[in-house]
Amino acid sequence: MLVVAVEKRLGDFTLAVKFEATAGATALFGPSGAGKSSVANLIAGLIAPDRGRIALDDTVLFDSASRVDVPPHLRRIGYVFQEGRLFPHLTVRRNLDYGRYMNGLPRADDEMARVVDLLDIGPLLARRPGKLSGGERQRVAIGRALLMRPRLLLFDEPLASLDARRKREILPYLVRLRDDAKVPMLYVSHHAPELKRIATAVVLIEGGRVAAQGGLELLDAGATDMLA
Amino acid sequence: MLELTPDEWIAIRLSLRIALVATAVALPFGVAVAWLLARKEFWGKALLDGLVHLPLVLPPVVTGYLLLISFGRKGPIGAFLADTFGIVFSFRWTGAALACGVMGFPLLVRAIRLSLEAIDRRLEDAAATLGASRLWVFATVTLPLALPGVIAGLVLCFAKALGEFGATITFVSNIPGETQTLSAAIYTYTNVPGGDAAAGRLVVVAIAIALVALIASEWFARRAGMRFHGE
Repeated sequence: MLVVAVEKRLGDFTLAVKFEATAGATALFGPSGAGKSSVANLIAGLIAPDRGRIALDDTVLFDSASRVDVPPHLRRIGYVFQEGRLFPHLTVRRNLDYGRYMNGLPRADDEMARVVDLLDIGPLLARRPGKLSGGERQRVAIGRALLMRPRLLLFDEPLASLDARRKREILPYLVRLRDDAKVPMLYVSHHAPELKRIATAVVLIEGGRVAAQGGLELLDAGATDMLA
Repeated sequence: MLELTPDEWIAIRLSLRIALVATAVALPFGVAVAWLLARKEFWGKALLDGLVHLPLVLPPVVTGYLLLISFGRKGPIGAFLADTFGIVFSFRWTGAALACGVMGFPLLVRAIRLSLEAIDRRLEDAAATLGASRLWVFATVTLPLALPGVIAGLVLCFAKALGEFGATITFVSNIPGETQTLSAAIYTYTNVPGGDAAAGRLVVVAIAIALVALIASEWFARRAGMRFHGE
């Protein structure tokens, strides 16, 4: 279980969020500029909260009271970014292997084969990211995050840079991932239809605050003014 | 076609050795300073930047003289290095390498710094979330992505070292077989009667080395660039 209760000042915007996420896929839902991506970065350790506490299962990742701040490379949180962020100088296979190397995990060919199969990226393994389509890139990015055996998977608008057809191409993989991989997911998006397919719980974020936390019905509540 | 005398060979080999050693020793320092200037904010940053670039704008003779009074036998740094590590610079080829390294350093730092600044920092964040410590991020993401700039810097530094004249001759003089580089040898030959032929041969060699270095760097840079844009 992920427990987040943090405050962070970003320019003249103040983020103060408090929520919990359990197994399944929790949506961080809200309009653009609500601070959703910053929440993801705080959890990943890429930015530090001013104060508060972040805990994943029985590990404290950040606690201003006891001065705990686990650096991002020790958090074991898989992060799929909007732009993929694949390493351009490495082949797809080496991109996929990167997390395993860095975490000192043993070679696991069957696990690699399973993830490659799940995401249908077998034909891409020898290529470099520069030659991939946007959808292919995101699938590889998902595989890369998954293969580091994360304790939590963060998705920050992973489909936002794709057109409608590519979105439809990736969505089934994300649903499969949620059902098969058993890794809790935190999914940032402002796109309600996408979240309806993926999310099992919803945290509604508005103006740097948690406006509501609950089930998928929250997606309809805010959807009208957010689809603009 | 190009019959070189043993003396000329000595000058060529010495030049290559000095330039290679100067470039190789400058590289780790160059990467470190470029990284500091590109990525860190600290007190005295402008001063460091200025110091690094000074040899580029100072008359080489001044740089050579400053090296002489600081790294010479009686200079504070020179005396310390000679007494503690037995490293002597004055009137040795090592001194020529030091002078060449100092003169090439700003070119090396500039090229590496520019390529470091052009790197997408978000890739480094991605590497960190995948479990790479800061040192691993640098070794597996930052440095490989900066490689074209590093290569360009190495070539510029090497070329500068190979052609360096003013600082070297001021610091370690012009001793055949020890500190007489290609440039110094050409200069000497042009000052003795009948030295035109020898000077001409060395000029051809200098042009050949420069061309090979340029072509090699172009090839490396293209290969490195190609890796980022597909196979």
